[in-house]
Amino acid sequence: MDLTLILAAGVASGTVLLFAAIGEIFAERAGVLNLGVEGMMLIGAVAGFSAAAATGNPWLALIVAMLAGGLLSVLHGVVSIHLRADQVVSGLALTFLGTGLARVLGNGLSSVGAVATLPRLTVPLLADIPFLGGIFFRDQSVLTYVGFALVPLAWYWIHRTRPGLHLRAVGERPAAADAQGVDVVLTRYAYVVLGGILAGLAGATITLAISPGWFGDQTVGGRGWIAIGLVIFAQWSPVRAAVGAYLFGAIFRSILDVQGVDTILGVANPFAAGRSATFFLEMLPYLFVIVVVIIGSREALRQRIGAPAALGLPYVRGERGA
Amino acid sequence: MIVRLEPRGAVAGWVSAAMTVAALIVAFVIGGLVLAFVGGDPVRVYLHIVNAAFGNIGVISDTLVKATPLILTGLACALAFRMRLWNIGAEGQFLLGAWGASAVVLAPVLPVGTPAIVVIPVMMLAGAMAGAAWGLIPGLLRARLGVNEIITTLMLNYIALAWLQFWVFGPWSEGGFQQSVTFPRTAWLPRLTDFAASVPALGGLTTHLGLVFALVATAIMWVVVSRTRFGYEMRLIGDNPTAARYAGVDIARYVIVVFAVSGALAGLAGMSEVSGVVHRLQDRISPGYGFTAIIIAYLARLGPWRVVLASILFGALILAGREIQPSGVPAMIQGIILFCLIGSDVLVRYRVRVARRGAVGAT
Repeated sequence: MDLTLILAAGVASGTVLLFAAIGEIFAERAGVLNLGVEGMMLIGAVAGFSAAAATGNPWLALIVAMLAGGLLSVLHGVVSIHLRADQVVSGLALTFLGTGLARVLGNGLSSVGAVATLPRLTVPLLADIPFLGGIFFRDQSVLTYVGFALVPLAWYWIHRTRPGLHLRAVGERPAAADAQGVDVVLTRYAYVVLGGILAGLAGATITLAISPGWFGDQTVGGRGWIAIGLVIFAQWSPVRAAVGAYLFGAIFRSILDVQGVDTILGVANPFAAGRSATFFLEMLPYLFVIVVVIIGSREALRQRIGAPAALGLPYVRGERGA
Repeated sequence: MIVRLEPRGAVAGWVSAAMTVAALIVAFVIGGLVLAFVGGDPVRVYLHIVNAAFGNIGVISDTLVKATPLILTGLACALAFRMRLWNIGAEGQFLLGAWGASAVVLAPVLPVGTPAIVVIPVMMLAGAMAGAAWGLIPGLLRARLGVNEIITTLMLNYIALAWLQFWVFGPWSEGGFQQSVTFPRTAWLPRLTDFAASVPALGGLTTHLGLVFALVATAIMWVVVSRTRFGYEMRLIGDNPTAARYAGVDIARYVIVVFAVSGALAGLAGMSEVSGVVHRLQDRISPGYGFTAIIIAYLARLGPWRVVLASILFGALILAGREIQPSGVPAMIQGIILFCLIGSDVLVRYRVRVARRGAVGAT
């Protein structure tokens, strides 16, 4: 099998994780932990897929998916920012709600079959770079390139712009940010919704580009949680998140590839789909998440890089401790 | 005009109970609106749920069967949450418990023909220990390395499912189907219907001994959490970890013990399910009990007896929900319930004041 093709497919499937992880980085940088990524991705996936099935226009479907993800995240915003509820519980509720709602809305969609998907492109000159060109720039979905662009943009926004400075201030020291005239509540809402929009985009990336179709909650299959694990591993940096996302994308892809092979060098492949040992392969991505979260926690401890200081804490003006 | 939230002091127990009931009603109304929106008939769906879950003694018994694993996993979550440990892994611990209990029969650990009086306790022990081991992993990682337990417990759910699937597709598969052979009768928990010969009225009732395990566990947990030094220190850690540390409480030890006990409770739920209901191991033995347990613990405000009540409600929802189309309706209603509970929580903790702008400070 061609390694370039496997890695290229890995980059495509990593794009899903990338969007979700960067969305979560924005929300957490503002101090709001959102465990609803899985639910928002499912809503984005189902909204995008049904819009594409209904209208035949994948671009319109993409916008619908992002709106749906953003809309769902508003709920988390109201509950955790305005009502000061526990962000863990609210995020879990969002995942339950999103999963259930997606299954209700997706009722009957699994038999729709093929829908219009987003176009795939090859970048003229870059695709000819030996090895790397084939992996990153040949016959990729247009969303993959959006992912490439998003990483430096997100980094620049967070670390080099004034709104990015406000974002970090709100996540680290909301009281100080408030005293400087930054609207803490508005900032938090904005980034929670941005996170929702990106999670919706991540869901639509699955159903409109990477593996079109609706398979109930298996469509996302835990990738929202993997994205949250990646954020810890990435220590809230978009660049490290990209590395992790593409790595996990490659792992996911190669597992599928190994499962698709019936014999290896003439020997029956015990990990092929339908044979029982295939389930050990299915554990791998989740095991890797545990490993990277352990590594991330250790490193953060050693380098004294922590989560945003106010992560998970509601902000109440004039109250101590914020 | 601005809306402000002012903290209330302590509230009477009935206020918070009334708020919870109100939240449930609001949740079912919202759920009904969503149902109507997607083209369903909410009144018929709800009447169907009530009828299919509480309509006669037979279905009430079935509701209790569904409530049994929910009580045990609900207690598992409530215990961990009391210490603000987010054990989202009851589902995986449940699956491992079911696996461990099944191993006693399928491996087999005990020779064929061992009497039930030996088999059942060994299965209980194996299930609880397998669940505890699965809970210890995130517990140790959290206590020793400071690893976020939300992510690890969640990931371990997926790993547990794959582990179970390996066994039921592979070594323990019955003729290539995704299930094991049926357990011998000695590995079945006694059910009410087993006594139909002497008490005919019990015929057909499937409520099994697992319900007794669940109620005993509830009583023990109530005593331990509210009446012992262990429970006191546990609650102290949950409410104020800094104070607990100054008081000399070994927090890491509590994290590990609570995770193990929490896992053991969920594991016992898995044992009770394979031994009392399914009588074989399959990969589809849980319709998400371990996740529903999170909502149950929250609905019960972590009180053990209230976990029992909440479990019966959710048992009814799961039982009746099986026939409701589209299939996502019960999951959706669960999510709405959780959101409404969070909302009602705010009303319990804060007084909402609507004031004209400028009138700030008039508390």
